[in-house]
Amino acid sequence: MSATGIGASVKRREDIRFITGKGRYTDDINREGQAYAFFIRSPHAHATINKIDASNALKSPGVVAVFTGEDVAADKVGGLICGWMIHSKDGSAMKAGPHPVLAQGKVRYVGDHVAVVIADTYEQALEAAGKVDVDYGELPAVSDTANAAKPGQPQIHDVAPNNTVFNWALGDKAATGAGFASAKHVTKLDLVNNRLIPNAMEPRAAVGEYDAGTDTLTLYTTSQNPHVARLVLSAFIGLAPEHKFRVIAPDVGGGFGSKIFIYAEETVCVWAARKVGRPVKWTAERSESFLADAHGRDHVSHAEIALDAAGKITGVRVHTIANMGAYLSTFASCIPTYLYALLLSGQYDIKNIYCEVDAVYTNTAPVDAYRGAGRPEATFLIERIVEKAARETGRDPAEFRRINFIKSFPHQTPVILTYDAGNYAGALDKALEMADYKNVGARKAASAAKGKLRGVGFSAYIEACGIAPSAAVGSLGAGVGLWESAEVRVNPIGTVEILTGSHSHGQGHETTFAQLVSSRLGIPIENVSIVHGDTDKVQMGMGTYGSRSGAVGMSAIVKALDKIEAKGKKVAGYVLEASDKDIEFKDGKFTVKGTDKSIDFGSVALQAYIAHKFSGQELEPGLKETAFWDPTNFTFPAGVHICEVEIDPQTGVVTIDRWTAVDDFGKMINPMIVEGQVHGGVAQGVGQALLEGAVYNKDGQLVTASYMDYCMPRADNLPSLNVATIETACPSNPLGIKGCGEAGAIAAPAAVINAITDAVGHEDVTMPATSQVVWRAARKAVTKRAAE
Amino acid sequence: MTIHVSMTVNGKAASAHVDPRTLLVQFLRDHLRLTGTHVGCDTSQCGACVVIVDGAAIKSCTALAASCDGAHVTTIEGLAQGGKLHPMQQAFQDNHGLQCGFCTPGMIMTAVDMVHRKGHNLDEATIRHELEGNLCRCTGYHNIVKAVAQGARDMAAQAQKAAE
Repeated sequence: MSATGIGASVKRREDIRFITGKGRYTDDINREGQAYAFFIRSPHAHATINKIDASNALKSPGVVAVFTGEDVAADKVGGLICGWMIHSKDGSAMKAGPHPVLAQGKVRYVGDHVAVVIADTYEQALEAAGKVDVDYGELPAVSDTANAAKPGQPQIHDVAPNNTVFNWALGDKAATGAGFASAKHVTKLDLVNNRLIPNAMEPRAAVGEYDAGTDTLTLYTTSQNPHVARLVLSAFIGLAPEHKFRVIAPDVGGGFGSKIFIYAEETVCVWAARKVGRPVKWTAERSESFLADAHGRDHVSHAEIALDAAGKITGVRVHTIANMGAYLSTFASCIPTYLYALLLSGQYDIKNIYCEVDAVYTNTAPVDAYRGAGRPEATFLIERIVEKAARETGRDPAEFRRINFIKSFPHQTPVILTYDAGNYAGALDKALEMADYKNVGARKAASAAKGKLRGVGFSAYIEACGIAPSAAVGSLGAGVGLWESAEVRVNPIGTVEILTGSHSHGQGHETTFAQLVSSRLGIPIENVSIVHGDTDKVQMGMGTYGSRSGAVGMSAIVKALDKIEAKGKKVAGYVLEASDKDIEFKDGKFTVKGTDKSIDFGSVALQAYIAHKFSGQELEPGLKETAFWDPTNFTFPAGVHICEVEIDPQTGVVTIDRWTAVDDFGKMINPMIVEGQVHGGVAQGVGQALLEGAVYNKDGQLVTASYMDYCMPRADNLPSLNVATIETACPSNPLGIKGCGEAGAIAAPAAVINAITDAVGHEDVTMPATSQVVWRAARKAVTKRAAE
Repeated sequence: MTIHVSMTVNGKAASAHVDPRTLLVQFLRDHLRLTGTHVGCDTSQCGACVVIVDGAAIKSCTALAASCDGAHVTTIEGLAQGGKLHPMQQAFQDNHGLQCGFCTPGMIMTAVDMVHRKGHNLDEATIRHELEGNLCRCTGYHNIVKAVAQGARDMAAQAQKAAE
């Protein structure tokens, strides 16, 4: 392995601009003559809009325009879409209500976009917005997931009676039921997976621009997938055809899913730029991010697990109510279905699984993918109930997992997926060793002597990543194919530009992708540049989410590099006067096999462009290749996280004393970056478990709409993490990569709550397990102990 | 109505006629186009906007530009000297202390200030506590803590070298 090759912890090349203040995020971009947009948002969770009077605002200093739903309707601006069709058990299509970019006649959540004021300065737009008179007719609202579909609730969309988007099911109900009937033991658990607000540190932003000379729109935006944004804005919303539309996602300050989606504000900015004939800029204030970024999670579930006498899991059945919010966001419908129920087999060999999911509308912000997206919800459910089942049957939670692990691969689960490779016991063994599990009893005793409670919690998670084979997702309802593209441009002096459809918003692609190219072509890493995030440069791509950039994006690069090597051999053949079949390529040199005749990569590039040696032959000049990679399966990262907590029963304060993670991500390109992804994911998962929770009151007001009220993990809430990996190569892509971006967020919540419930000795602990929640739980434990 | 403010930013004189409501961060970003200082929230919680004013770290979203009239301001753009990274900048790269980079300028400025106040030998608990005003959503802070510790040590080494 070279210092910059595959497997080396190369320091990130992109860091230099970020640590010197030279990053270029969307809000750093200013266009000549730009105006500023301010969005008027609904203060009500549910209301009719009777009238909007903008006459005073239009007279306000600096105001350029005020637009409402009538204006977008008059311009035939299409509504926002949900790109994944789900069918209910009865075969009916999901009930998608209209989602206009500016409200038409009705608002459905606090923060819903009602009108936009455009002015010379942001302050002028803000001032004028206060002069827009909106006459609302307030309606009763429902924000509660569990009760939204019950009779008598306010109806949010005419197309969706009882606020029901779909009643979906997966698995064999009868066979699963039979397994339960003959079970030796059944464990039951009710769970709430708390609603989260993603909070990438860079707020969403957009600059829309129209060039009348070329009749072209440009949108600079905070996107994880600029090509998908262009596709939707063009083909569905109808702002301009794709060849007249450029979307640029420059440096993006974190995404975690929230920047996948096509939102109203970005759409309005680029539409309005043409209307007003000036660039239009909008940057979300953080309070807008809280209100109007798509939220995550928000499930209410009942789960049951059946065991035989030997402790083997014979069946799982689950009923989940999933809150979709007030509208279906871009990929909302696939999150609580195909990214959730398919993972309910966990790492376990389970014969039958049956899952029903009721998706409901509520008067809350739309809910969509947030780091892990469905898979954290599945892992939390299965790992909580497995832990509980072990406790109820008097088995060690590690050993209970071990006897139920899948041990041979490929493994077909009862819920669609075929796991291709893994070593679950290997990860468990290593984690037990690192966590010093055998001495946990002594540590518990030491804590007890201090009046503290100590607990250990496991989470043996699995995820389906590298999303995904186009045919597979198409059969499950996806409106798109989920391949990735790459273009390799070799310049005449042998430097290389890689154009990728993946997008980096913290993942470090400028380093990892360059490591791949450098080692494959035998050229210095400095001679490789990675280009992404601009639809005028990269022809097409599906973007970055679902831990797919390594497994899918880099595989596309490998495929394009294969073609570069093949053509390079032909060029070298002409130069070295040999058949290309006799040329081998190694360490940056093309050599005639068995001879010392060779030519280096840079010289082949030059020969490819000057073309003197093969002019008039079949071989074309130039050295540039394109590839699209469509995977043959999902990838299946898996691992074991162990959380050990100490609780002060007097205060309810939870201290994470040690965190052990052993993950199998397949082959790693840059272990330093992989570890960083685990750290960040665990922090978000610990945030969900202990600190974060979006709270709507019964009127649908978001109570947690700032950092004063929504508790983000800070440095002193988190421990240092003990992170290691094992490796089983993924067989479904050429690099053997599984993906690492979401693992921590998927694994962590169950590990934390299992540790707390272990410490307090009962299962009644909800997320977020704030000090108050834990104090109550600990009191219950103390009371219980006293009674005994 | 505008007012005239002038200050020294990264060693250079800077002045402008601005709306009296202009915040220091707006003055830096919008008037001087020093966009390395970021705005991540509207409640002075996230710390992405931290700069050093007259030797002390402040959140530039919470100070009026007018209140910094005559001040010496250092932003992330002014940290590297003579084409060489500041030891704290280098430590963030060395330890993979950043991912998306958005919180990074504020983190680095806070870390430099922390060293000025707390010295060069910072233990983990001190660093974690002192970072309470800075949010990062990417790194889980693990590598930021390592970076700050290394940066603090390297600042001492650099100061000693300069003294020799």
